[in-house]
Amino acid sequence: MGVEIRVEGLTKSFGRQTIWQDVSLTVPAGEISVLLGPSGTGKSVFLKSLVGLLKPDRGHIWIGDRDLPYLPEHDLYETRKLFGVLFQDGALFGSMNLFDNIAFPLREHTKKSESEIKRIVLEKMDMVGLLGAETKLPGEISGGMKKRAGLARALVLDPEILLVDEPDSGLDPVRTALLNQLFIDLNAQINATFLIVTHDINTARTIPDNIGMLYRRELVMFGPREMLLSSEEPVVRQFLNARRAGPIGMSEEKDVSELEAESKMGLDVGTLPPIQPQLMPSDGRVRAAQHAPGAWCAAHGVTPPAGSFIDDLGRNWVEEWPRYVAAQQTAASAPGVQPGHPGGAQY
Amino acid sequence: MSTPGIGADQGAGRKGGGGSAALRKFSDGATNVAVKEPGRFFAMVLDTFRAMFKWPFQWREFIEQSWFIVSVTVVPTMLVAIPFGGVLSLQVGGLIRQLGAQSYTGATAVVAIVREASPLVTSLLVAGAAGSAMCADIGARKIREEIDAMEVLGINPLHRLVVPRVFACAFIALFLNGLVSVVGLIGGYVFNVMLQDGTPGAYLASFNAMAQLPDLLQAEFKAFLFGVTAGLVASYKGLNAKGGPKGVGDAVNQTVVITFMLLFVENFITSTLYFQFVPSKGM
Repeated sequence: MGVEIRVEGLTKSFGRQTIWQDVSLTVPAGEISVLLGPSGTGKSVFLKSLVGLLKPDRGHIWIGDRDLPYLPEHDLYETRKLFGVLFQDGALFGSMNLFDNIAFPLREHTKKSESEIKRIVLEKMDMVGLLGAETKLPGEISGGMKKRAGLARALVLDPEILLVDEPDSGLDPVRTALLNQLFIDLNAQINATFLIVTHDINTARTIPDNIGMLYRRELVMFGPREMLLSSEEPVVRQFLNARRAGPIGMSEEKDVSELEAESKMGLDVGTLPPIQPQLMPSDGRVRAAQHAPGAWCAAHGVTPPAGSFIDDLGRNWVEEWPRYVAAQQTAASAPGVQPGHPGGAQY
Repeated sequence: MSTPGIGADQGAGRKGGGGSAALRKFSDGATNVAVKEPGRFFAMVLDTFRAMFKWPFQWREFIEQSWFIVSVTVVPTMLVAIPFGGVLSLQVGGLIRQLGAQSYTGATAVVAIVREASPLVTSLLVAGAAGSAMCADIGARKIREEIDAMEVLGINPLHRLVVPRVFACAFIALFLNGLVSVVGLIGGYVFNVMLQDGTPGAYLASFNAMAQLPDLLQAEFKAFLFGVTAGLVASYKGLNAKGGPKGVGDAVNQTVVITFMLLFVENFITSTLYFQFVPSKGM
């Protein structure tokens, strides 16, 4: 089971420039959370602060009972072993081939035999679809492969927390979709806490259990996906709808005259699109952290936009969910029967 | 590393007039150069010192780096040392002939080459060739986020990368110093005997009259110190490179300039101390 990350009143500035201030949020253990925000709002800085690569000016980051920014160096390195981090370009060591890159944490931190290391590394490489590329150097492979290799390296020590910096930057839509599916499958397998920083709306709509958004040096909102996907907050709506009209401008924020001109032209932030059903693990199992579709909306008296929770096959997941969970539980308890795929007709 | 609380006064007074803003920018820059950068550098030096005693020592990295430094410095060092010895002989030889002490040319070679020139030539090569290459290597890793990745994987880059590099730099500087001494002396000898009509006997005799073991030891000490300095500055600048490939270029440039300045200051201080504590040999 993953570890909870509790951030309290975090503030960071470089010189006179405040990046963000008073950010408080709790990333629930074992769930997938996505942090959104326009370019340049300090999402990556936030991620780096969470692993102690950057020291915040104020505030606390609680990983379990340890307050990360104030840990002595030795404890900090120990705590970091809970983390797996996937950097934007994979951050592979240029002087080592892929196998050595992925084996690196194992060789450094464990006393495993070379044959066992080989087994683990090949297993992870298989998981990210890189078998056969063991002897390639990072300079010889594409950006997508680097990312997947970086992911494999982040996973070898079975992290409790996985931080991912823009998994979709520079990837084609198909690879992005596959990578997204991989995140969901991984979460189902290892139950780690995931925090993904991105500005890809499709990723944000379909993967996470929770969504947060950084804008203008503040955390606008952080909460269950249904809360943000049905939110009336203009910034959130403009961003999730990818509209030109709205408070977010090209450089920073728009001024009043620009906003008035927009409303005269009839541009607006757009109506809420339907909430898509969340991606399911490809082996059909139910993730431990997954919430029932529509549960948050029902509990808070929010009516989701028309057409929400309906998948490509026309099934309404609010109705489908209890049956699906029951079917998976029966399948899991019957020995020898593999849980069914959501696209199949077994259940 | 920033300390908590530094940003507490952010936001207040951020919008100043043009003049005061320029003044503030200037004073910020001045504090940065005079206090913050040296402070951060010494902090890294202390951390590196602590990391030196951490087990296991990175032998592999040490040997690879030593070999790398040898490969980029040996040939240039010799090529610089030969004309250096020659020029010294020419200049000092001419002067000494006018004073009528031609038989002491060999002695000047000791003073000039063994005591001063060889550590300096070593330092120029270690800083210019080895330091710049090392800074570029670490800087490139930094901007590719490899250093961050290393830290996140729970490995201290100071222990892993910086300590072996600093040791390699110092270790190789010792040998380079010996090389420069020998090559420089040969160059001086050849010039003196062949071009300035000096006699081999007088050269060697005066050399022996003047030379003493502490001359060589202090030169080796200097070379060691220069090696350590060059390694530390290069690592510091590399680890703090930012802003893409141009940032790495800037870091390399600063490494070379800063290392040169530091080495000349260190050279002056050690020479002064040497003359204070080690009496010259009587003739």
